[in-house]
Amino acid sequence: MIEIQNVSTSFASAAGPFTAVDDVSLHIRRGTIQGIIGFSGAGKSTLLRNINLLERPTSGRVLVDGVDLVTLSDAELRTKRHDIGMIFQHFNLLNNLTAQENVELSLKFAGVGKAERRRRAAETLEIVDLADKAGTYPAKLSGGQKQRVAIARALATGPKVLLCDEPTSAVDPRTTSSVLQYLADVNAEFGITIVVVTHEMNVIKAIADNVAVMEEGRVVEQFDLAELQRPGFHPATSIGRYLVSDEIQLDRSGRGAHTTAASEGLINV
Amino acid sequence: MFDRILEVLPEIGVAMGQTLTMLLVAIPLAVLLGTPLGVLLYTIGPNGLKHRPKLHRVLDGLVNLLRSFPFLILLIAIIPVTRFIVGTTIGTAAVIVPLTLNAIPYFARFVEQNLSQLGGGVVEAARSMGASRSQIVRDVLIVEAKPGLVSSITIMTVSFISYSAMAGLVGGGGIGDFAIRYGYYRYETPLMITAIVLMILLVTIVQLGGSYVARRLDKRL
Repeated sequence: MIEIQNVSTSFASAAGPFTAVDDVSLHIRRGTIQGIIGFSGAGKSTLLRNINLLERPTSGRVLVDGVDLVTLSDAELRTKRHDIGMIFQHFNLLNNLTAQENVELSLKFAGVGKAERRRRAAETLEIVDLADKAGTYPAKLSGGQKQRVAIARALATGPKVLLCDEPTSAVDPRTTSSVLQYLADVNAEFGITIVVVTHEMNVIKAIADNVAVMEEGRVVEQFDLAELQRPGFHPATSIGRYLVSDEIQLDRSGRGAHTTAASEGLINV
Repeated sequence: MFDRILEVLPEIGVAMGQTLTMLLVAIPLAVLLGTPLGVLLYTIGPNGLKHRPKLHRVLDGLVNLLRSFPFLILLIAIIPVTRFIVGTTIGTAAVIVPLTLNAIPYFARFVEQNLSQLGGGVVEAARSMGASRSQIVRDVLIVEAKPGLVSSITIMTVSFISYSAMAGLVGGGGIGDFAIRYGYYRYETPLMITAIVLMILLVTIVQLGGSYVARRLDKRL
């Protein structure tokens, strides 16, 4: 469904060009949920934005449903984006529009007429169980509800792909599972291919079929989540092992921060 | 004292009418023409939707240039332009031209500032939904900036009540000019106070009305 081929993305910075995504290739099968995990600055959000070209790759090809997005004109790309929904860590809803109006917005951009917009937005809010909040402004919604409105907004145009950028990083743990449940339902019911970028391994464990581990712009490891159940399976890279262990390890001897920082190469001892 | 005020009451009425005319023509025109200019400044600016450094520098400079003129000097300096546009260089109509010319870049800056304060999140979301640049401006940026823009219009209107007092220089009249002529030049302090009280009332009404509308439009809380 999504074919990322040798994609690199660099930015100009004061200290010279900075490579956020470094020669990444990734194949995401139709109807699966792909996790992308890594620490801050690993390039995972940039890679996600490469899929709908919010961030245009410096080189490489991005095929969604067989179409190479990099070669499309601006207008063609905008049309294609109606097939690729996206949700964000901070929801990115319009504060001055109601839940219903927020959902209608994606339909408006897709050129859907007013009556049809109203009908389809109401239907989509139904999917995320927020029909009763249609007339409510985002400020009066909880974090989980806001993310569900954002999911509805992304789904309204009937996309084949849903990109999720840290979808649960701004909500509490209980809300996290509710948001993930809606994503899982959407995947199961409509067969939508989902890509989830996160730094939380428990999110990956809960929802992903496959995971790609990123570090310094590269995918350093990929595995099937079913592998985790297999006795004797260990991620090949240290960062993969660290993420899978999902534990916070502290040194309580009193010199911990110093030695940890030193081992990460952050300071010179 | 009250007799004197009653005596010039018709003149006060005319002066208030002139002030209102100046505001009611200049402010809407400034909003109408300043909004696209402000949107353009934002759009081609460093954090805009389509950065055009050279064009931005030219427009930015032009706006600064117009905003640098002390209003009194602008009033005189553009007399030829005024004559060309309204056919006269004296009277209320003649003041409206420099007032508007001053208000357009003033409001454009407000628009630019209001848009750049919105943050990139909603723009990024709109782009992901396949919005075009004009759709992003119309359906996202303006929608989110509306309460801020109403506050900006309020601030601008209050400033221009004060600016309009200089209209007397070209025979434009207005309540501020009335205060200067009767109060300052002719030492009729009660008349000056009357005019100032009227201006305070006008400013208060504009401010209260503007704040009320802005509050009604703002759904962030």
